[in-house]
Amino acid sequence: MAKKSLMRRVGVLAATLTTSLLVSAQAAEPIKIGSFLSVTGPASFLGDPELKTLEMYVEKINEDGGVLGRQLELIHYDDVGNASSARNFAGRLIRSDQVDIIVGGSTTGATMAAVPLVEQAGMPFISLAGAVTIVDPVKKWVFKTPQSDRMAAERILWDMKRRGFDKIGLISGTGGFGASGRKQTLAVAEEYGIEVVADETYSPSDSDMTAQLTNIRNTDGVDAVLNFGFGQGPAIVTKNYAALDIQLPFYQSHGVASDSFLELAGGAAEGLRLPASPLLVPESLPEGDPQKPVVQAYKEAYEAHWDSSVSTFGGYAYDGLMLAVQAIEAAGSTDKEAVREELENIMGYVGVTGIYNMGPDDHNGLTPESFRILEVQGGDWVLVE
Amino acid sequence: MFERFLNWRMNYVVVLAVIVFAIPLVMENPFYYDMATQIAIIAATVVGLNLLVGYAGQISLGHAGFYGIGAYFSAIATTTYGWPPLLAMIVAAAVVGLVAYIVGRPILKLKGHYLSMATLAVGFIIAIIINNEGQMTGGPDGMPVAPFSLFGWELSSFGLYSFFGMAVPGHVAWYLVMAVILLIAVILAQNIIDSPLGRALRSIHGSEIAARTVGVDTARYKSLVFVISAIYASVMGSIFAHFSGFITPAIASFDYSIVLITMVVLGGMASPMGVILGAVALKLLPQFLAGFQEYETAVFGFILMATMIFMPKGFYPTAVNFVRGKLRKSGGEA
Repeated sequence: MAKKSLMRRVGVLAATLTTSLLVSAQAAEPIKIGSFLSVTGPASFLGDPELKTLEMYVEKINEDGGVLGRQLELIHYDDVGNASSARNFAGRLIRSDQVDIIVGGSTTGATMAAVPLVEQAGMPFISLAGAVTIVDPVKKWVFKTPQSDRMAAERILWDMKRRGFDKIGLISGTGGFGASGRKQTLAVAEEYGIEVVADETYSPSDSDMTAQLTNIRNTDGVDAVLNFGFGQGPAIVTKNYAALDIQLPFYQSHGVASDSFLELAGGAAEGLRLPASPLLVPESLPEGDPQKPVVQAYKEAYEAHWDSSVSTFGGYAYDGLMLAVQAIEAAGSTDKEAVREELENIMGYVGVTGIYNMGPDDHNGLTPESFRILEVQGGDWVLVE
Repeated sequence: MFERFLNWRMNYVVVLAVIVFAIPLVMENPFYYDMATQIAIIAATVVGLNLLVGYAGQISLGHAGFYGIGAYFSAIATTTYGWPPLLAMIVAAAVVGLVAYIVGRPILKLKGHYLSMATLAVGFIIAIIINNEGQMTGGPDGMPVAPFSLFGWELSSFGLYSFFGMAVPGHVAWYLVMAVILLIAVILAQNIIDSPLGRALRSIHGSEIAARTVGVDTARYKSLVFVISAIYASVMGSIFAHFSGFITPAIASFDYSIVLITMVVLGGMASPMGVILGAVALKLLPQFLAGFQEYETAVFGFILMATMIFMPKGFYPTAVNFVRGKLRKSGGEA
């Protein structure tokens, strides 16, 4: 009797030991997701919803049992919108924290500053920034979730062509986003048979663009006007545009696709069009649109968790995190080369921003059609198709 | 013997050399080397700026502009036009020297706030040019830079090198190279300080009118030291561009000029060791404060304020005076 109980005790002890060893081995090795975002500073309207999204979904994934049976750990730094500190924090994530993958980089400058380090270290990196230079030419380790500014320009010009406009006036900010957007618009205009007859710029800190808009109005033959920029600039342009009572159709870029722009521009925004993520109009998406359930779920979850309205930029972070998770699951490990390969192999992932089909020469995976054309009607976004 | 060492003008260089070559013993990972290399680059820049601010008493709020020209000249010449990096660096320094001379002559006639405003304008103009000449500089999004190479030998922080039969990883190699450059920068600066030029500068700092009365050509010396400090900034800008591999116009911005000046003032004006300490403090603080992001700016501001109130001469001179005072006291008692 005593012997049996001793045996049993040893057995139980051994079993507990093994399980506890197994559990601790698993618990000791979370999958480290590194991130550097512009949570404060001039680009905080990008970084803030991005961080909130990452925090919320990492928590959610962990509650549901993690990835590959391991928990996720988010290691995050705030680069304040400064490219040099973005580079330093990327170095810290790679070399000191030794993360498994990086999802971050709110602005193109911050992303590009980290690219040399990421490429040389061989670290899978999913950027959340806009410019086409991030993935063109293709960099082995660098992917990105937002559509590029080139696609935005293509989508706008496509809509203009559809409405029969041939000559346009362009006004753009001289900040990173506006300057790159201007370059891409000029580059793709010819393909669409559209002529840019007026080309004006403003500094991001300017408080009045009446002079530039007057120049455009006085140019002969302008059919429509396009403003490429983000921050407060486009809101001022919109107000000036209304004040000057210019009757030409007006387009904005995806840089202002948020509810806060509507608040800033007020009634002046009435009738303008822009390309945007379906996230702004989840209800108007047709039934059967594959993105509809994803977009609605994200919007509901975000708004319930943070009690603030959802923004397109948070959607980029959602897609970045989900792509990372999917690639790690497909790779079956956090081996960097395998994860990178699986990222490149992602086909038909339905995200908030669009449907991703990656490939060896396409590290973005989206098409211009993923942008929906929206029009402001009655102070709200309305889907135009 | 010890007495002689204490009184030797270059004694702190030996101390600095011991520190920079001992630091690798306590550094745990490549990220530390990365930070240490950047600190050495920025420290050498402020050692140059200190000649102008600390010794000649002339303020420059546009020094990041010269740093930016050096960085962008090297970047464009090597990456776009395929120049050898060393040649690009030297030509960049010459160009910056010339620019500094041309703008320095007239603006150094100004004094006090007017001089600050004029140097501020110079810095702003350079930053605006870099921002707007997108064709060459990549505009606000910045541009990539080729790694540093010399006669076909490339220095990359991810490479692996052998040095007298020892394997040295790239980040350590970069640190060692930069440590040597920092020491050279400090020795050069100390030699300038001890030369007739240095004495002339200090006389200008004391009283410009008195200096002129005793026959110091103040205009010439002021523009000379302005050029020297601008060349320091340009060379370090070039090195930073190659080290970092990617540069944005932020390195030429007004904010960055302020950071440079703050390093000089915080660490201790007219003290090479002091300004190096200032560079270390300002470069490391953001990394330490990364843990509590929301309060980072507040803590940073508080540290600056406390230093200005309690240590108006800067960290280093205050600390040295404190130690000297203690020594004297204990010496007196014995």
